[in-house]
Amino acid sequence: MQKADNLKEYRDELRESLDNDFLRTTLDNFAVAYRAGRANAFKDMDVRGLIDEIACSKDEATANLDALYREFKEKAEAAGVHVHLAKDAQAANDIIAAIARKSNCQKIVKSKSMTAEETLLNHALEDEGLEVTETDLGEWIIQLRHEGPSHMVMPAIHLSRYQVGDLFTEVTGKKQDSEIEKLVKVARRELRQKYVEADMGITGANFAVAETGSIGLVTNEGNARLVTTLPRVHVALMGLDKLLPTLHDALRILKALPRNATGQAITSYVTWITGANECASAPDGKKEIHFVMLDNGRSELAKDPLFSQVLRCVRCGACANVCPVYRLVGGHKMGHIYIGAIGLILTYFFHGKHAAKNLIQNCINCEACKDICAGGIDLPRLIKEIHARIQDEDGHPLPSILLGKVLKNRKLFHTLLRTAKWAQKPVAEKDGFIRHLPMVFAKEHGFRALPTIAETPFRDRWEEIRPVVDNPKYRVALFSGCVQDFVYPEQMEAAVKLFGAESVEMSYPMNQSCCGLPVQMMGEMKASREVCVQNLRAFEAGGYDYVITLCASCAAHLKHNYPKLVMDTPSLALKAQEFADKIIDYSSFVHDVLKVKAEDFVQTGGKATYHAPCHLCRGLDVHAAPRELISTGGLEYVECNEEEVCCGFGGTFSMKFPELSAELLKKKLANVEATGAEVLLTDCPGCIMQLRGGLKTRGSSVKVRHVSEVLADNRRK
Amino acid sequence: MTTGTDYCQTFVDKAKAVSAIVTEVKSDDEALKYVIDLCDRKEVCQLLVSGCERDLSDKAEKLCDLKQKKVIAAPGLKKPLYDKLAEMSAKAGFECIDSGMRDHLAGVDIGFTYAEYGLAETGTLMLDCPGEDMRLATMVSEFHVCVLPKSKIRKDSYAVEKMMLTRMGKTPDYLAFITGPSRTADIERVLALGVHGPLELHILLMED
Repeated sequence: MQKADNLKEYRDELRESLDNDFLRTTLDNFAVAYRAGRANAFKDMDVRGLIDEIACSKDEATANLDALYREFKEKAEAAGVHVHLAKDAQAANDIIAAIARKSNCQKIVKSKSMTAEETLLNHALEDEGLEVTETDLGEWIIQLRHEGPSHMVMPAIHLSRYQVGDLFTEVTGKKQDSEIEKLVKVARRELRQKYVEADMGITGANFAVAETGSIGLVTNEGNARLVTTLPRVHVALMGLDKLLPTLHDALRILKALPRNATGQAITSYVTWITGANECASAPDGKKEIHFVMLDNGRSELAKDPLFSQVLRCVRCGACANVCPVYRLVGGHKMGHIYIGAIGLILTYFFHGKHAAKNLIQNCINCEACKDICAGGIDLPRLIKEIHARIQDEDGHPLPSILLGKVLKNRKLFHTLLRTAKWAQKPVAEKDGFIRHLPMVFAKEHGFRALPTIAETPFRDRWEEIRPVVDNPKYRVALFSGCVQDFVYPEQMEAAVKLFGAESVEMSYPMNQSCCGLPVQMMGEMKASREVCVQNLRAFEAGGYDYVITLCASCAAHLKHNYPKLVMDTPSLALKAQEFADKIIDYSSFVHDVLKVKAEDFVQTGGKATYHAPCHLCRGLDVHAAPRELISTGGLEYVECNEEEVCCGFGGTFSMKFPELSAELLKKKLANVEATGAEVLLTDCPGCIMQLRGGLKTRGSSVKVRHVSEVLADNRRK
Repeated sequence: MTTGTDYCQTFVDKAKAVSAIVTEVKSDDEALKYVIDLCDRKEVCQLLVSGCERDLSDKAEKLCDLKQKKVIAAPGLKKPLYDKLAEMSAKAGFECIDSGMRDHLAGVDIGFTYAEYGLAETGTLMLDCPGEDMRLATMVSEFHVCVLPKSKIRKDSYAVEKMMLTRMGKTPDYLAFITGPSRTADIERVLALGVHGPLELHILLMED
């Protein structure tokens, strides 16, 4: 659980995690193994279709939460179960403590429940003098260490066998070695007697099925079966979001949950409990069962048009499994109680602004979580929205306001960029990098060299280089984005050269500005919307077949976020959708639309590898096009390990969390160098800035280029 | 309707993939013989239940001491079949029980059951166990041996949804999907079998 008061303290906490070699190695291995395991588990299945179905069914359940609760309660009570509604965490804990008192329970065994973590149930029960023992191995370990979970499914993933061995030595009073198999056996016997002694069992629930009044529990160890069988009282604590209309809805989620969580087709045990079942230790031979349904803000959330999708979460933990930031710092720093991308969001709603305000900024916006979410939740967007909300309530930090103000005024912004060209003169090197970092960047930014502003921006060169195309095949508009306009205009020029030769007629609307993603990343939603409207106006002359951009981040932002930014204004919404439909990235346009052929390119045959920008591979779901273009364009494509993992740029993220950005870059570049390629190609100027800067600092000879540059160079005249 | 055997091979592959031991048997008698042989082979030299060979806290050790003899628990069996098993167990020197599982919480050697359905997609056994002896026999046994008639294999969970709803309708009910032995990967993500429940799951596929 991160406890930082401000961003500076939070960064100090993050640095501690970065120095934890065991954690880093464990999470690296896990990230790689998870991807393979999940892919294997979903082999031959329509994953997208399944996720869409889950999203639909969960949305429907969310919309009918009250009715579902009434039906569930009625069915469960008819079967002899007591059903309670708790409005918040305190109320839930009080209800459970009262049950323990009334039924005279002293010893409690518990199986894993994130909801019980949410309410800090164990602390509340212990304060009542009750003995609570977690029986899930990982949960037991962290309970004994007085820690919170560092992963929603593998709560003790941050600990080594040696730490567990020492802990068990303490617990048993006998020396334990660190062999995992033996430690598991020790837990088996130590916990067995806890079940025998316990008079109350507490579980969570993965599903609450309204049509039957049943709960479903998904576990691997089987502890939940013992917890729900041996003690005479059973309490199941679950959020209202666990309610589902039918058993079929639960079985559907069960098809995705274990596969997405751990790459298992199903867990060892799935337990379906309906009614007060047989229990030999209960006075009347029937178990006393209580279902405690926790609201804690869920019914409010259910009414929110944007945030209600949060309740689709099935707690598989996959958003942490694929998060490059989680992989670096672990769950104690990438969450409060709930962990990973969903954790950043739930922290705000369940544990408040104070717990969320630093965490919420720690998203690099790579969209890996959105891509993998079992409920199809747009996690990165919700994270940005919460960031914006907190800033609106607490005040915006100065740099964020300034950037917002500047970007809203295109002329001012471009004037500043032009001025920067003169200002950088004293520190600019001839090789296109800045010699010394300006004072505004502290030393932690030294992991990569920064580029200089170009001599002449693309917009000033346009009239001069604009080709005359007779009988055009396509009429397109170019969206340059700021980086290619002012830093790397040569990438745009390379595209213009190829397009001209391929009979594509081009326009470059001069009123276009920054796409607005950087301000949105900083939580400046108002500025983001204004920039969006300016750009929509700049392109409205229209009649273009496509709007092409060479920047993956701009492309994904224009395509997916523009319609959302103006959806409240019907006249603009239509325009934004038309605009979005025309957006295409460079590689897709050249590969899928122009369909260029290898015979048009000199086959130079050098080894080239590829970095897949997050916003191209996940944002636009483009995978094959750029890689095939590398071969078509005359180079030999060599696959790079973890090609679709973020380079660590993340726009303003790398300014805010330079330490994390540096680590992600280090990993990326090590993978690139291992390919033996001379050239690294990619489709995003932001990535290029990051990758070139890193390679320059490392003194590497690998050249980074935009795919457009290679194609322009190799095209036969 | 597609017959159970069409999914048989998928079931076997999926069950084996999660460490279940799958064997074909021709009859109930052959299944009983399998149980007795397995119990006999099991830890020839020691009676100890799994984990009791470790250095434990005094309380945990005390529970270990309760187990003195090899035990087979078969609470859900039809009377004639159970009688046969009890007789065979007595001959082999094992204790055989069909109730009173709470007196054996230290552990039993074998839990012997019949599954209602098998789910091919995941190699899963479906066992309805409203009675607690059945639940305990499948949890505190070191080896769980479960007979699955081939005709009871279905494609996936959707295919048994109606049957599940029927059972859930007769409240109270306690229904289980069991797939492979009890497992954990909570320490360093290293897979370990038998953390709370059975160390081994033996599935006896029966021709019928």
